[in-house]
Amino acid sequence: MKIAVTGLNATDNPGPGVPVIRCLKESKEYDIDIIGLFYDSLDPGIYMENICAACYMIPYPSSGVNALFDRLKVIHEKEKIDVIIPTLDSELYGFVKLQGKLADLGIKTFLPTAEQLNIRSKDKLFEFCDTNQIKAPKNILAASVKDIYSISEKFEYPVVIKGIFYDAYVVNNFEEAVSAFNKIRAKWGYPIIVQEYLKGDEFNVVALGDGNGQMTGAVAMRKLYITDKGKGWAGITINDNRLIELSRKVIERINWRSGMELEFIKSAETGEYYLIEINPRFPAWTYLAPAAGQNLPLLMLKMMLGEDVKPLTSYTIGTIFVRSSWDLITDIKTFEQIASFGEIKWTK
Amino acid sequence: MSKYSVPETLAVSDSGFLFLPNTGETFTLNLVGKEILNLLQDGLSEEEIVKHMLDRYDIDERSLEKDLSDFIMQLRKYSIIKEE
Repeated sequence: MKIAVTGLNATDNPGPGVPVIRCLKESKEYDIDIIGLFYDSLDPGIYMENICAACYMIPYPSSGVNALFDRLKVIHEKEKIDVIIPTLDSELYGFVKLQGKLADLGIKTFLPTAEQLNIRSKDKLFEFCDTNQIKAPKNILAASVKDIYSISEKFEYPVVIKGIFYDAYVVNNFEEAVSAFNKIRAKWGYPIIVQEYLKGDEFNVVALGDGNGQMTGAVAMRKLYITDKGKGWAGITINDNRLIELSRKVIERINWRSGMELEFIKSAETGEYYLIEINPRFPAWTYLAPAAGQNLPLLMLKMMLGEDVKPLTSYTIGTIFVRSSWDLITDIKTFEQIASFGEIKWTK
Repeated sequence: MSKYSVPETLAVSDSGFLFLPNTGETFTLNLVGKEILNLLQDGLSEEEIVKHMLDRYDIDERSLEKDLSDFIMQLRKYSIIKEE
C-alpha cells in the first residue's frame, strides 16, 4: 500500500510528517511504502533512512488547490497512491476541498469538513469553548495596529499575540505587542489573535475522532522541556482523566474526523484546565502515542480503509520522548535530483 | 495530631525516585526522605514519625521536628501529600 504523507520539515519547528510515518511503519498488518510530499528541498524527512520510498515536491498552499491537484495527479500516475495524510495546518483547507476529486482518483483521505476546521480555528475557539462550557482564555481579534491600543482596556499585560496558523509571542507591554503584531502580520497575515495570558503548566493531548462524534483514542502528555520557540523537546505521558474527558467533549461536539492535538494550560491559581488551542492534525510528538500503547495514525488508517476499530482507552503512564537533532549527510548529486527535479526515489 | 494522605497512584522507586502520574512531575528523595514518605504512606501522623525517627537516628527532637516540618511543607507545596 502506498501512503503519501506531508510535513517532512523535521526542523526546530517540526512538522508531524516524520512521526506520523514512523507510526504507520510499525504496522504488522500492512505492507506500507511511504511517499513523502515536501515543500522545501532541504526538508530533513526527505533524507532520513527508512522513512520514505520516494519523495515529491508539492506547491505551497498559496499556489491554490488547482496547482496542488495537478501536481498530485502527476505523482499519482507514477506511484498509484492509495492514501494521502496531510499533516500541516496551512495545507488542510486545500486538501479538504480536494477530497472528492482525490476520491475520484481512488485516493483515500480521512479529513474534517471545512466547517469543522473553522469551528476550532484560533479566531473562533473562544466562542466554541464558551458555547460548550469549556474554559478558555479570552481573546480579541486584531485587524489593524489600532486594535493593539485597545489591549490595555481589555486585558492586563502580559498577553499572547498569535498568528492564525503558527507563531505566538508572550508580550509584556505595548511596544512588544506592536513588534509581535508586525512580525506575525508579515508572516501569516490577518487575523491576529490577542489572547489573555494564563500562568501555569502546559499539557497536550493527541486524539483521534471518527467523524461520528466518537473519540477512538487519546493520550495526554506534559511537556518536560520547552524550547525558546515554545516547542516541546521532551514530554511524558500522564494520567489525568479530566484532560481525556475534555478532549472527548470537544470531539463529540465537533464530530471531529481525523487526528487532533489539544493544548491546555493548567491554571497555577485554580488548577483548572483552559483549552488554548486545537490543532487540526496529529502533533509532532505523535510517536509518543504508539510508544505508550495507542498507535493513533495506524488506527486512523484502519478507519480510512473501512475496518471496524475499537476505541483505545488506556495507555502506559510515564512513557517519555526526548527529541534530538541529528545531522544527515547527503551528496550534491542527490541534492541536485531533489532540488532540480522535485522528486527522488530511494532504493530499498 | 497532623495526618496526611498520599495518593494511591504515587509511584516511588526503591532509590527514592518519585513520579506524580497526574502531572508528570518527577522528584528525587534521599534515603531519609523516602523513609518519611513511606511512613506517611503507612498512615503515620507527624508526631508518630518523630517518635519513629528518634528511635532510629541519633538526633535531638527539636532539630528533627523542624526538619520534618520543612520536608512536609515541601511535600505539600508540590501536592505530593495532602493534610487530612
